[in-house]
Amino acid sequence: MMLMRESIVMKIHYGTAIGAVFLTVIHILMRMTQDFHESLEYENVIANYEMIGYAIMLELLLILISVHGFNGLRIILLEMRQGPTYEKAITYGCIASMAVLIAYGSRTIIMTSMGMT
Amino acid sequence: MEKENKAKEGIKGWINPTKYGKFGIERFAWILMRITGLGLLAYFIGHIYETSHILDGKAVWNASLELTQTTEGHIFLALVIGMCVFHTGNGIRLMLGQMGYGLGKPGRPDYPYKPQSLNMKGKACIYATIGLAALAMWYGMAVMFG
Amino acid sequence: MSNISQEISQEKSETVLSPSKSIKLRISRSNPEAGTEEKFDEFVIPVEKYTTVLDAILNVKSHLDHSVAVRYSCRQASCGSCGMKINGKPKLACFTKVSELDTDTITVEPMDNFPIVRDLAVNFTRMFNNHKKVMPYVVRDDSEITPGTGVKEILQTPEDVDKYIQFSSCIKCGLCNSACPTMAMDTSFVGPQALAQAYRYIADTRDKGKNNRLKIIDESHGIWRCHFAGSCSQVCPKGVDPAMGIQLLRSYLLGLRD
Repeated sequence: MMLMRESIVMKIHYGTAIGAVFLTVIHILMRMTQDFHESLEYENVIANYEMIGYAIMLELLLILISVHGFNGLRIILLEMRQGPTYEKAITYGCIASMAVLIAYGSRTIIMTSMGMT
Repeated sequence: MEKENKAKEGIKGWINPTKYGKFGIERFAWILMRITGLGLLAYFIGHIYETSHILDGKAVWNASLELTQTTEGHIFLALVIGMCVFHTGNGIRLMLGQMGYGLGKPGRPDYPYKPQSLNMKGKACIYATIGLAALAMWYGMAVMFG
Repeated sequence: MSNISQEISQEKSETVLSPSKSIKLRISRSNPEAGTEEKFDEFVIPVEKYTTVLDAILNVKSHLDHSVAVRYSCRQASCGSCGMKINGKPKLACFTKVSELDTDTITVEPMDNFPIVRDLAVNFTRMFNNHKKVMPYVVRDDSEITPGTGVKEILQTPEDVDKYIQFSSCIKCGLCNSACPTMAMDTSFVGPQALAQAYRYIADTRDKGKNNRLKIIDESHGIWRCHFAGSCSQVCPKGVDPAMGIQLLRSYLLGLRD
């Protein structure tokens, strides 16, 4: 089952990893700008989402981690069992799960940043 | 083909703890990378679900936060921090190795043939990453327990 | 010259007798074709300082049980026939002294991740197929043996040779494939042995088959299923260091090397 060459998939895997590390650091630092518990208060979180730059960063982070995470899962599952049907199911299953998670996370980011809470 | 398929060690080859004593810290880092990867993906899915409660109003948001605002919740988050730091640090080591850095140069090995690619630099990176993960967990606990 | 001869004649000839002791050798016995379950037979045998595990097994075969199945040939770590798990770790039986194991009980089992033929002998078909798959030979149209190409000799500097000579020491014993954690689950994985050989030929300045080889290993059960656990290099009895070869090979696919 090959949608694209494995080296391209792995370049994406490494690229998303590096991107996710940087954005996760920013995401965590945002919690450190104030007291940890305070930073999680409803009003503060809403204010975070309403900062357009931060919302875009969250969206990017969501995409990067989803792609990296589900490709990692695909790799582990590919190594656990073999067979054309199984491998096809794993590849498409991981892509579908990734898309669903991105869609679900994007819904939160977009609606909250647009004040639809 | 069926006979060939049986000719594999199976999951024992991954989780048998005696392997890690016999094959060194690199093998331990390999299984830890898998476990932390799966753990982080599970946490990420949970995190996306948890943060979606922001759309349901303040009461629901506060109720969902309560789940992690307990002692067990804080310990769980500290574990996530540790997994994240280890996965990142070890990932960087692996990426550098896969780009050809820190492996040594091919040459003419002499008996007793110590593998150059499993050198002290790599081992030190793994130990340092485990140490950093422990440190980050400790710091995270200090912040969360206030 | 006469001085040397005198010195030799003055040397005291002493036969150093190494103290003999006994060890318990546990041999895994199975015959998948006959459907027999794996069991361990135990034998007590005398060993001396330089007795190898292969010597010990052959002692059993000669004096205690002729039916033990073991594959061996050169007895000097050159043929790669006697790979087996010795006290849980893949090793060459002829290259492992009983004394270095530092135990009175030695357990020998067939290598993991290979189909068992009988007892300690395993089937190498899959490994050899994967080895052939990566084109383990120098690929080029012109050569000194092809008439009319005008090539007499292809020169290499010692530095050129150093790039691949380590990987050409592979004796195809299969210990690396047996130790590899990916091989433990993935029956389609090409394996560290074949991947190290792919690097050996790609790094050879005489070779022109790089692109074809990279295409062969760049698939879902190819080189990317290696995660640098390093177990292959830990067990290699010839210092090949397959893990290094695989990582260097990957840098070609990542576009970091020409």
